[in-house]
Amino acid sequence: MTEANYLDGNAAAGALSNMFAMDVTSAITRCEGCGRTAVFAESRLYVDAPGMVARCPGCDSVLLRVVTTPTDTYLDLRGMTYLRVQNS
Amino acid sequence: MKWQVGTVTDVRQETASARTIVLEVPNWPGHAAGQHVDVRLTAPDGYRASRSYSIASAWTGGTIELTVGEVPEGEVSPYLVEVLTVGDPLEIRGPVGGWFVWRPEFEGPVQLIGGGSGIVPLRAMLRSHAVATSTTPFRLLYSVRRPTSVIYVEDLKELAASDEVDVRLVYTREAPAGEPRVGRIDAEVLEQHAFRPEAGATTYVCGPTPFVETVANLLVGAGHDPARIRTERFGPTGDPQ
Repeated sequence: MTEANYLDGNAAAGALSNMFAMDVTSAITRCEGCGRTAVFAESRLYVDAPGMVARCPGCDSVLLRVVTTPTDTYLDLRGMTYLRVQNS
Repeated sequence: MKWQVGTVTDVRQETASARTIVLEVPNWPGHAAGQHVDVRLTAPDGYRASRSYSIASAWTGGTIELTVGEVPEGEVSPYLVEVLTVGDPLEIRGPVGGWFVWRPEFEGPVQLIGGGSGIVPLRAMLRSHAVATSTTPFRLLYSVRRPTSVIYVEDLKELAASDEVDVRLVYTREAPAGEPRVGRIDAEVLEQHAFRPEAGATTYVCGPTPFVETVANLLVGAGHDPARIRTERFGPTGDPQ
């Protein structure tokens, strides 16, 4: 099998748990690059990028970046047009 | 979600390179089958590395279990499989994950397809199914290199004894005597052993990224609804097992 050096959005759940009140892996994201909508769990996740980078599985644009330093966590969401969740 | 410290209360060797770690975690809130934890190691110089590991056990109160496969030259798994011992602390964060989850109240048959250590969250789902005495039909396709690679051998035999649970192993490099086929999961294997698309099963596919993507493509190619296929990709599995 070919080497595939990415995981998926499931592996970002812990890192993002402090930023979102709900589970982000089930949220639907819309890619700002190509318009594709998909559950965040299906996005391609690159770890130690540095930090984590989630990319659109369709067009490979960056959806989200999260970097944790000893004191702060940075979340860059500019690659997503929206995140969509069901109302509880 | 905060990092918390669990204590190792037991370890069980599953295969030559995989080990189950039993953890006592104070105030564990419970978890759903399929969820995972992040594990963090801190070196004396402050360097930190963290990886995600699926919870292997169903929640019945008490301890939780993780099963870790050793990745050669890995940053975290060699410590967990070779060094960590009973009485040691372990920093974890979780449980997390709401997509790759099965709960007994979900409707419809369940198809589980695991490759290598991808079996771990699927086994949690099977255990959860058993604990709940669920009558939901479950089928498992578990792809391994050889018989010695099988994690949870006894457990899977016990689970397969249930009328609702069907367990099928697929050997990719070396099969036991009498096993007709050696090779990866392909369209024919799915055709023979997986629920048909018309059954409307929810399918959970877990394992190394190439495995998951190959299997997901095969499922879609066979007519399964992509919206009913849930995937979880793991990092590389260790080699000879």
